[in-house]
Amino acid sequence: MAGPVISVRGLVKRYGSREVVRGIDLDVRAGEVFAILGPNGAGKTTVVEILEGYRTRTGGEVRVLGVDPAAPTRAWRQRVGIVLQSSRVQPELTVGETVALYAAYYPDARPVAEAIEVVGLAAEAGQRAGKLSGGQQRRLEVAVALVGRPDLLFLDEPTTGFDPGARRSAWGLIASLRDLGATVVLTTHYLEEAEALADRVAIIVDGEVVATGAPGEIGPGGDGQGEIRFRLPAGARPPPGLSAVPRVDTGGGVRLPSADLIRDLHRLTGWALDRGIALERLSVRHPSLEDVYLDLTDRAPG
Amino acid sequence: MNDGRLVAHQARFDLRTFVRDPTATFFTLALPVIFLVLFVSIFGSQTLESGVETTTYYVPGIVALALVSATFVNLAISLTQQRESGVLKKVRGTPLPPWIFIAGRVVTAVVVGLAMAGVLVAIGRLFYGVALPGTAAAGFLVALVLGAAAFSALGIAVTAVVPTEAAAPAVANAITLPLFFISGIFVPAESIPDWLVSIADVFPVKPLNDSLFVAFDPATSGLGLAWGDLAVLAAWGVAGAVVAARGFRWIPRRG
Repeated sequence: MAGPVISVRGLVKRYGSREVVRGIDLDVRAGEVFAILGPNGAGKTTVVEILEGYRTRTGGEVRVLGVDPAAPTRAWRQRVGIVLQSSRVQPELTVGETVALYAAYYPDARPVAEAIEVVGLAAEAGQRAGKLSGGQQRRLEVAVALVGRPDLLFLDEPTTGFDPGARRSAWGLIASLRDLGATVVLTTHYLEEAEALADRVAIIVDGEVVATGAPGEIGPGGDGQGEIRFRLPAGARPPPGLSAVPRVDTGGGVRLPSADLIRDLHRLTGWALDRGIALERLSVRHPSLEDVYLDLTDRAPG
Repeated sequence: MNDGRLVAHQARFDLRTFVRDPTATFFTLALPVIFLVLFVSIFGSQTLESGVETTTYYVPGIVALALVSATFVNLAISLTQQRESGVLKKVRGTPLPPWIFIAGRVVTAVVVGLAMAGVLVAIGRLFYGVALPGTAAAGFLVALVLGAAAFSALGIAVTAVVPTEAAAPAVANAITLPLFFISGIFVPAESIPDWLVSIADVFPVKPLNDSLFVAFDPATSGLGLAWGDLAVLAAWGVAGAVVAARGFRWIPRRG
């Protein structure tokens, strides 16, 4: 197997005495969609702009496509496509002209019409970029980023400010990018976006990676953990000897954050059969990425 | 595409962008023509103390104004716009070498400036009977090309001190308008007080104006190369290029 497309070890970025990235490790594998998820101000954009060669770093090792992005070369730039949050194309040029302008920078560019087709702007090819809607402008930026057949594509907050319909259609587009053979790194503060698109997610909070893995496997749940819920009749108390302390609400609902599902279920059901107690609405739930994300971001200061 | 063709590629798209910007085209293309017609209409049938007709005086003067507008003012405003809106940041993330982007912008500005010079000289000849320079056309062309290059460099340099898109036209005009007045562009130099003229001598607009005027001055013989003025222009151009190389930024202030 080839080495990682992106390899980051101990990345640190300081502005004066303020440390905004505090020792991050990341590996992005070839062909995957990798999401960097975190609340606003967590340091996501700083991290990707270091990977893109826009910002210098204070410390740590970074390799992107085998090159240190602190010294980007023309050949390296030809393999990297970037869609920034804070960039624009020239509003006076049409969609077709914009893509043609950028296509000339690459040795083996995609045909302009094809790049426009991929992002679904064929009908707008003759329209000026400045007249497009926000979502269409972002699509145009994606077309520009794709036209050079990049091996690696960065998408910084690709759907921020979109209405739900535009977001769904942007997700369809991003999912299709994988089929073009590019590795995709996207940042987002929408966890549904990371869940819908990413093969793997790194959650960044306050300049640190607090969790990383596939969206379904992040956090507890992969190793026999989960939450057991049921309802007890009035007056009944849950049995002792469980792996965690159950939380009982006033209506008799019980939540047990179990560290050992099999053992706890065995103990619970045995206890209920013995006493003839119905464990109403018994369910086992694995924490979703949302639970993990909210839990992790809640703990962060500020 | 090799680098030379890439510069031409950039310039072609820059020119398209320019002609679709109504504000830029009005101030760069239409206003100098309006100025020439107005000044010649108001002061037309006079002869200056030097014996030069006012019509002849205003043609190279408005050429100087048009050249400064097409290069300095245009680049200062549009590059600041491109920086603050994120166009430059986007370009910086592509394989396009930064010098090619800048070269494309400068080529466009110089081409527009030279074309405007041609238009104004033609209007002077066709409508006001202003004689074309003879052998002194050589000096006129040298002054045009050197002036366009120097004011392009200065236009790029000034973006380093322009904080926002909104401030760019104000800064560009605050620099050029007073200089146009004291450098004899709007008012013949002979009616400007000496102390103002000596201030104007330090800045690059008057050397440009003077070196362009030489070619139209009936007293000129030979190639019409005003070496002293050209040297001052060149010095300003070099200073502009140094500041531009050090101070030019690609990233908007907001990030």
